[in-house]
Amino acid sequence: MAEEVLVFGAWGSPFSRRVEMALKLKGIEYKYIEEDLTNKSPSLLKYNPVHKKIPVLVHNGKPVAESLVILEYIDETWKDHPILPKDPYERANARFWAKFIDEKCLSAIFKACWGACWGEEKEHEKAEIEHEKAVKEVSELLQFLENELKEKRYFGGETVGLLDIAANTIGYWLGVFEEASGVELLTREKFSKLCNWANEFVCVTAIKENLPPRDKLIAYFRNRFGAGNASK
Amino acid sequence: MAGEVVLLDFWPSMFAMRVRIALAEKGIRYESKEEDLSNKSPLLLEMNPINKQIPVLIHNGKPVCESLIIVQYIDEVWNDKSPLLPSDPYQRAQARFWADFVDKKVSGAAKKVWSTKGEEQEAGKKEFLEALKTMEGELGDKPYFGGETFGYVDLSFITFYSWFHAYEVLGNINIEAECPKIITWAKRCMQKEAVAKTLPDQKKVYEFVVQLRKMFVSE
Repeated sequence: MAEEVLVFGAWGSPFSRRVEMALKLKGIEYKYIEEDLTNKSPSLLKYNPVHKKIPVLVHNGKPVAESLVILEYIDETWKDHPILPKDPYERANARFWAKFIDEKCLSAIFKACWGACWGEEKEHEKAEIEHEKAVKEVSELLQFLENELKEKRYFGGETVGLLDIAANTIGYWLGVFEEASGVELLTREKFSKLCNWANEFVCVTAIKENLPPRDKLIAYFRNRFGAGNASK
Repeated sequence: MAGEVVLLDFWPSMFAMRVRIALAEKGIRYESKEEDLSNKSPLLLEMNPINKQIPVLIHNGKPVCESLIIVQYIDEVWNDKSPLLPSDPYQRAQARFWADFVDKKVSGAAKKVWSTKGEEQEAGKKEFLEALKTMEGELGDKPYFGGETFGYVDLSFITFYSWFHAYEVLGNINIEAECPKIITWAKRCMQKEAVAKTLPDQKKVYEFVVQLRKMFVSE
């Protein structure tokens, strides 16, 4: 029986790209549907009525939402090229760091690049202190990841795993945010391991083929969030 | 499989309760170390340097953090009895999705109910009840979120029941009136020994939250 796999995503979203990266790694054919997030399709709203967000994976008509949940589903359904280790402790570890990246890193990075919550009014002086604080916080968070990577080629060890895919925000999007906002966060002098990892990560075929064009992404973020929070 | 199991714990934490239920379901013997969160132990800071939060499960000296991650770990290590997650990948994905919903939508809104006042609290109450109604919709006519048996989503959500009295008094809401099916489900879960023995008394939790609220709200 033919298998149908659909992915609802947005070209610039690291979350929907994660899903595509995992499918590509496993050699799974799928149909991609680009969503206009300002005008969500009836299909998206039908498949993810709770959050109304991308990505959604639809496998033989059955939807799965939330990128990390989708990644685990993909790994459990298609057994080639496993992205989670077998050992329960290592699995817990990968899940922990993926959650860490999503819950702590992304918002801290945004704050450092573009100031407090988008749209909030801020006084100049206060903005300076907030900015320094935000940059320091990102530095501390990245240090945790740097330490976690240790001497491994990838977070997953010898091959790209779930955590590497989840860290696509660090491996690619962070560089884009830095360039778009002018704020430097992932410096080679402080984070040589992470930088090396990022370089390796974006060269992996399944990853490379699923990265949105850099210039287009930079332009998009500059346009949407302004010129950025770099000290002049 | 066995070995030494230690739980860094805090009796009113609905997140720590999840782990205690999972351990009870699996019949795992463990040592509970109660933390004073205003004076965190060196052990906690060593075992969870990133978030410095409970619960932390320490299994043969190695820490696992984040309640849902711990529960999945327990399910995978002690896989010979009482499975917490379903075996079918699609059912597992649904279970993970809904547990994540509890963390993302129920938890944050619930906090607003007891830790804020005025407009912020009104918004929090609305959010909280909406989230509960969404859960109610997902439950449907099933006895448990897991279907016929108590499972991962039930475990993730039932621990908040111990805080319901606190939400009701401090938020001036009537959860049973708004979401009767949730209360029916909760009482059904409370019939299970693992749940009944784990959840603290709602009045005791209320007294604790009243004190905690003082740190957030001046009244």
